[in-house]
Amino acid sequence: MEPKDDNLSAMCKPAAGEAGKTGDWRDATPVIDPSKCIASVKNRPACYLCWLYCPDGIVTAGIPVKIDLEYCKGCGICAEECPAKAITMVIRKEEKK
Amino acid sequence: MSHVEIMTGNQAAAWAARLCKVQVISAYPITPSTPVTETISQWVERGEMKTEYIRVESEHSVMTVCVSASTVGARTFTATSSHGLLYMHEQLHWAAGSRLPIVLCCVNRAVGAPWSISNDQQDSIAQRDTGWIQIYCRDNQEILDSVIQAYRIAEQVYCPVMVCFDGFILSHTMMPVEVPDDELVCRFLPPYKPHTILSPEDPRNINPVIFPWQRRDVEGVLRDGYMDMRWKLQHALERARDVIVETGLEYAEQFGRDHGGMLWTYRAKDADVLLAAMGSLATEATTAVDILREEGIRAGMVGIRVYRPFPREEVREAFKKIPAIVVFEKDISYGYEGALSADIKAALYGTGLKGAGS
Repeated sequence: MEPKDDNLSAMCKPAAGEAGKTGDWRDATPVIDPSKCIASVKNRPACYLCWLYCPDGIVTAGIPVKIDLEYCKGCGICAEECPAKAITMVIRKEEKK
Repeated sequence: MSHVEIMTGNQAAAWAARLCKVQVISAYPITPSTPVTETISQWVERGEMKTEYIRVESEHSVMTVCVSASTVGARTFTATSSHGLLYMHEQLHWAAGSRLPIVLCCVNRAVGAPWSISNDQQDSIAQRDTGWIQIYCRDNQEILDSVIQAYRIAEQVYCPVMVCFDGFILSHTMMPVEVPDDELVCRFLPPYKPHTILSPEDPRNINPVIFPWQRRDVEGVLRDGYMDMRWKLQHALERARDVIVETGLEYAEQFGRDHGGMLWTYRAKDADVLLAAMGSLATEATTAVDILREEGIRAGMVGIRVYRPFPREEVREAFKKIPAIVVFEKDISYGYEGALSADIKAALYGTGLKGAGS
């Protein structure tokens, strides 16, 4: 038997993915060029403005920097803020529909 | 001990909130509802009523405070009128959608433009589709009794209730009102149990974004979609009908006063013509019925007490075999007709009643 949602009002446990995989909202995908990204070039933790500005908190501040495309909505704020212009927003064929 | 006091409709509403041991009140003054919360604030100041009284800058914030307080399990009350109620409109939807048993006294007043402080029922009728239960009171005693009943109804079906009474005609007019014994009210009204307990040990995200379709959450439970939530609210309002009737009967048993459940009738049994109205207008119409009877016209009266959920079955029963119905109301759905008139006609659809023209 399928467990039933017996909540009277809408609610959920705070967790990643509670609103579904929001990555499928995306039109354009951020692509990082490691030859320009400051953290990758210097090979040490640096800059991370993309991580700071991402409104969905789906950027991992590592070496290299990673973006979780399951949840990235493609807003492009990271590309806009990147001082090294290392992030390009790419509209891919399969995302054009 | 129960005692009788001469008081206004506004004071009767304040007394009811006090007897119901309301825990949080938020309000913003507006004529003619101001004395409700003014009276309460005096009691709170003197320490006669233990209530958190939260002052805010607008009615929109009032309802936001009520929604928040009710969410964490506090019995919550407010009162407003006219533009104040309209300013709450968005939050009224949030209260109903979150299934919170908030009780609001709407002291009915006309809506601008142009400015007016006179009484009509345009303000509450304009909130008809927010998902709130609406009760219309005939006199000051019914105001006090209806607020007590409102909490019992709201906390059973988890829907907010608007107790409406006419500005000035009831709000500022003095009548003898029996204030029931504190213990009697406590027995009638068990403590409020929220449908969801919020606690840091078990964090919840309330009213997250929802999609039209059902969706599995991170724990694998299939969560409702938007339409499921809408259906649940509609179902609750429909179920409220039985709860309202039962509550009225039980109140009559324990307090000795029966105001009718969904509607009430007056000299209706042998009537050739039935008048229909809500609120104090219905009280006045009973006098018109008496005068018409003296003139040889067999008139009767149907008072609509609960407007949402609409008493469809009761209306069908009350008006069957009646050749003429006259609806008096203090509102209009511009471009069509009075809301009550339209609803009564809709309830009679399919009954085969002749002469349903306006």
